[in-house]
Amino acid sequence: MQELITRAKELLENGTVSRVLGWKVGDMPYNPEPAFFDSADTLDNFVYNGFCGANLSKYMIEASTLEGKTLVFLKPCDTYSFNQLLHEHRVDRDKAYIIGVGCKGKLDIDMIKAQGIKGIKDIKGAEMSDACDTLTIDTIYGEKSCAYSKAMLARCHVCKGKEHKIYDELIGESKDTQDQERFAGVEYIESMTPEEKFEFFRNELSKCIRCNACRNVCPACSCRKCVFDSNKFDSAQKANVDSFEEKMFHIIRAFHVAGRCTDCGECSRVCPQGIPLHLFNRKFIKDINEFYGDFSAGETADGDRPLTSFTFEDVEPSIVSERG
Amino acid sequence: MYKIAKENLSALFRKISETMGLYLPISSAGQTNFGAWAEDADVDLTTLKTVKSAKDTFFPQSENLYTCTTEDKKITVTPEKLQEEDFVVFGMKGCDVQGIEVLDRVFLSEPVDSFYAARRNHGTIVALACNEPENSCFCNVFGIDCADPKGIADVATWDMGDFLYWNPITEKGEKLTAYLSDLFEGADDTAVDELKNSIHNIVDKLPYSDLSLEGWGGDALDEKFNSPIWEELYKPCLACGTCTFVCPTCQCYDIKDYNTGNGVQRYRCWDSCMYSDFTMMAHGNNRTSQMQRYRQRFMHKLVYYPANNDGVFSCVGCGRCVDKCPSSLNIVKVIKAFSKEAK
Repeated sequence: MQELITRAKELLENGTVSRVLGWKVGDMPYNPEPAFFDSADTLDNFVYNGFCGANLSKYMIEASTLEGKTLVFLKPCDTYSFNQLLHEHRVDRDKAYIIGVGCKGKLDIDMIKAQGIKGIKDIKGAEMSDACDTLTIDTIYGEKSCAYSKAMLARCHVCKGKEHKIYDELIGESKDTQDQERFAGVEYIESMTPEEKFEFFRNELSKCIRCNACRNVCPACSCRKCVFDSNKFDSAQKANVDSFEEKMFHIIRAFHVAGRCTDCGECSRVCPQGIPLHLFNRKFIKDINEFYGDFSAGETADGDRPLTSFTFEDVEPSIVSERG
Repeated sequence: MYKIAKENLSALFRKISETMGLYLPISSAGQTNFGAWAEDADVDLTTLKTVKSAKDTFFPQSENLYTCTTEDKKITVTPEKLQEEDFVVFGMKGCDVQGIEVLDRVFLSEPVDSFYAARRNHGTIVALACNEPENSCFCNVFGIDCADPKGIADVATWDMGDFLYWNPITEKGEKLTAYLSDLFEGADDTAVDELKNSIHNIVDKLPYSDLSLEGWGGDALDEKFNSPIWEELYKPCLACGTCTFVCPTCQCYDIKDYNTGNGVQRYRCWDSCMYSDFTMMAHGNNRTSQMQRYRQRFMHKLVYYPANNDGVFSCVGCGRCVDKCPSSLNIVKVIKAFSKEAK
């Protein structure tokens, strides 16, 4: 972490960048927050550890409107989002100085609590300096420990890889954390009967409180004003007033980001009700792979996208009924 | 003081729902929220905090106010019926109980909100002590004793392992207890006192229990409003409504019309000061930046509300926003940031 701070101070002081976008130390060991740093002395509050799961790419939309360059720290999966935003002309490459930071899997405090670890005072082992094998947790009930991998965010179990897809320089080691099949969850739902699927989604979506956290955190949801926020649009936006809106809001959103979603998993990370929203997006990714060949949004900033470029080999809409 | 074996709780729930409504923490698709009891409901009394507070039971996220229907040239306006049946909210924690007190001061003062008042009249609150308060809890800072939920609660209960201890507090609580008396046996207070002590010991050790509210309150308006700190604090805010929707005291709502095809359903739904159309009027919006919206939420809880309500804060320290904010922002960090600045 010190290496990141030192480098950020250098880049600020030699005028390469005007500000730094990273994470600020929280008031607890597990709650750092995204933050802009304008001067070298404020960087003393900079932190980069296992709890820095937030994807900073979306903040670069705003940073692209500011004077001068912004130094941004991106994890490998975050670089996919940045590339995709670049492809959509929502961020400015010339306004960004990207340091690709190593990642050994990001942690989810709820996963730690779910193991019955309560009254947490301190957590050691999330500093990213070692192998990230074990967390030692100091609680008001004594010391506990838990395997790092058991405390990881769901998305890290299907990690896309250690490679940064866009950067100016790289700092830090990454670790292979993938230990699950990426499409297993989708395949499981595909194998359900229509009635079972309906029941599954009804149960999950009925928990939605329309806080819009999934939309607001999503790097693919970068419209200046969302149609759901328009007061001229006949939707509730902040409550599920009828069962249609309850069922369809997330499905409509998934359609809107289809082909652009990089599977960064932020939607599921932030959902206060634990709705596995990424499954919708991942279903579209799986379909796109099957219909158009393997494609990973944000792998590159340029090149054709399967859903926005036409070829005569494209599948016909009838595929929906043909494959059952 | 009474007690009931936990294995008989379903008989208790059944008996309550024979003659009235019953809302309690129910687990569904992996999350626990307050919901209506049913024979096959997965009642969950062990989860410390429901995702949403118990606020819905008196002030639902959305509710119809009236319906207009048109037939030829005739328009009929049908007001929505007020709550007429009695109901019980079981398992509310001390923080949520005080949350309802905060709402009372808003909705029961003139002009009285008739929808809310009807629910309050017909609702009986059975509170449940928190056996193991968590890291993000700081209700003690607001004078709440999670080991002995009182305030406007009608009955206080304690989970003692095999038994649930039950102590009626108000007339409504006595009435409910009398109705259920066949299911109870007498109990003495000693065991409950021991549990209270052990809960207090936990509270003392929690990281936020010594949070200081010094400097906050109705008199702090100009100083806090004009502070440059907000400019820094709001930055990571995503402008989602998570903090407001899980909050037991956020009471702002919007009124909207739903086009039914042959008329209009006028309903209200919770609003969030984090949203861009919050308090939007014909002339536009009086808060045009996210910094202003962000500041509004905390100023309301810690300055405006106490200014209008005898110094009472409209935060109850439940810690839901602490647990749920996608960017790890929350009221504790705000309070700490201002204390640090003061030093």
